[in-house]
Amino acid sequence: MYKSRARSRNMPLHLMILPGLLLVLVFSYIPMAGTYIAFQKFIPAKGFFGDQRWIGWDNFRYLLELPDIYQVLWNTVFIAVMKMAAGIVVPLTVALMLNELRNQAIKRSVQTLIYLPHFLSWIILGGVMIDILSPSSGIVNQALGAFGIKPIFFLGSNDWFPYTMVISDVWKEFGFATIVYLAALTGIDPQQYEASIIDGANRWKQTWYVTLPGMRMIIVLMAVLSLGNVLNAGFDQIVNLYSAQVYASGDVIDTLVYRLGLQQAQYGVATAVGLFKSVVSFLFISVAYYAAYKLADYRIF
Amino acid sequence: MLGKSAGARGFSAFNTVFLIVLSLLCVAPLVHIAAVSLSSSSAVTAGWVILWPVDFTWDSYRFVLSRGEIWSPMIVTLKRVVLGGGLNLLMTILIAYPLSKESAVFRARTGYAWFFFFTMLFSGGLIPWYMIIRQLELLDSVWALVLPAGVPVFNIVLLLNFFRQLPKELEEAAFMDGAGHWTTLWKIYLPASLPALATVSLFAVVWHWNSWFDGLILMNRPEHYPLQSYLQTVIMQRDMTFIQHLSRAELAVVSDRTIKSAQILIATLPILFVYPFLQRFFVKGIVLGSVKG
Repeated sequence: MYKSRARSRNMPLHLMILPGLLLVLVFSYIPMAGTYIAFQKFIPAKGFFGDQRWIGWDNFRYLLELPDIYQVLWNTVFIAVMKMAAGIVVPLTVALMLNELRNQAIKRSVQTLIYLPHFLSWIILGGVMIDILSPSSGIVNQALGAFGIKPIFFLGSNDWFPYTMVISDVWKEFGFATIVYLAALTGIDPQQYEASIIDGANRWKQTWYVTLPGMRMIIVLMAVLSLGNVLNAGFDQIVNLYSAQVYASGDVIDTLVYRLGLQQAQYGVATAVGLFKSVVSFLFISVAYYAAYKLADYRIF
Repeated sequence: MLGKSAGARGFSAFNTVFLIVLSLLCVAPLVHIAAVSLSSSSAVTAGWVILWPVDFTWDSYRFVLSRGEIWSPMIVTLKRVVLGGGLNLLMTILIAYPLSKESAVFRARTGYAWFFFFTMLFSGGLIPWYMIIRQLELLDSVWALVLPAGVPVFNIVLLLNFFRQLPKELEEAAFMDGAGHWTTLWKIYLPASLPALATVSLFAVVWHWNSWFDGLILMNRPEHYPLQSYLQTVIMQRDMTFIQHLSRAELAVVSDRTIKSAQILIATLPILFVYPFLQRFFVKGIVLGSVKG
């Protein structure tokens, strides 16, 4: 009797979930099922359920024979891994430095300013970057010129493009990423600091022997969770800042899917690349969450 | 602890100056663009504009706003922010509440949680996603920008973790008094969750305000573009047709650069206005929702 009462009491919970369930079913699960077109010679005009020709692994074989494919894979991983490393080191350092600030008003102002770029789109920031990095009229090159440095074509040179992506991405996101580390810092027991001061530890020693060990879990967690992004070099950013002259260093999986699929209408081939990316990312994220669970007892829900 | 040794004081001074410079670097590019947008094109071309307008003029803004092309994308964006943000918030609340229950009480919880969470792990990719929206004949409608993004899983995780930290006694007392789940959610949970709700609302609104890619590919006609998709075409694809219609006198005051800068600023202003008010909420919301003690 208790069971049936609990069940009827839970009816509203099922009802609450239902609309969201339907939306996710239609816009996430049906597209997942729709990846079968990676195995078809897909002609868009015939539609999703049309009479398409099955070609097995031909789309994948075609991809492996594309001359640029290995370069694209390399670019993706190269840019993504640099972003992952910088995306931990920079916010962590800034959080430690912010933690040493004694003046609360300055601390709050600094935080407000460094969080801001996270909330602006890559369209806006892309426009800003293109303007300030321009080799002829951009303010950055004007400033470099004052030191006698020749103009650098940050967005048009294959030597510079990947690093420009990493630095501008770190610039946009480091502030927001410090929030988590600052939160972890507040969780460290103050008694440990007092004890270490009695033992004669100075600021550096306190940081080294109390703060960093206290943050080890969160650092491991953030590092592990970022693994899932190994094939995410940042579509929004790159597609808005690159051009044909930097395809050699800047073309990544997502931009390739976009060009093959929506600009050249090779739907089957583009889906095959996308499926490859989804499967590899899925494996990485699964391993990452499992590792986070084991190492840091982290559960997302 | 204050001012112990010269070394400690030196570090403290360096630290403070470094962080202030760093934070100014985060906004300097925007200030520069603002200065460019408010300067005459001749001053900009001469390279005199750094962080303060030279030959101050509103002409770039007047030019952009009077040409009217920016108005219809702005209306599309307002529509999507209201409809999409509203739907996001509703879905976040309606899904986070049941998922915040213990699985001993709500047995289907684990299954539902995985159903939603799985979409963060795996996706069908761009083409099938586009095809289904086309098949549903949503192209060129604002619903194409609202419905597919209706369930923000990340926000749901944030809110459900927040819900779980609320004292259980609240809910038990409500049930004793005969309240059902709807009443408990509405009368107990939501009023107690304002920082978290402010956070997820900010994220949803900013996400919709900033989205450009879906507008670009799901809208066939430029007049259906939201603001950021429209800007993408004028700023990134370097569409400069308008510049040919300008007279010599006009070119002295406005240029491709000042006009683009004005458009960038126009699209940024709403965020700059809401951001300071919501900032203190989202730090709290994120910390409580993501870092579990």
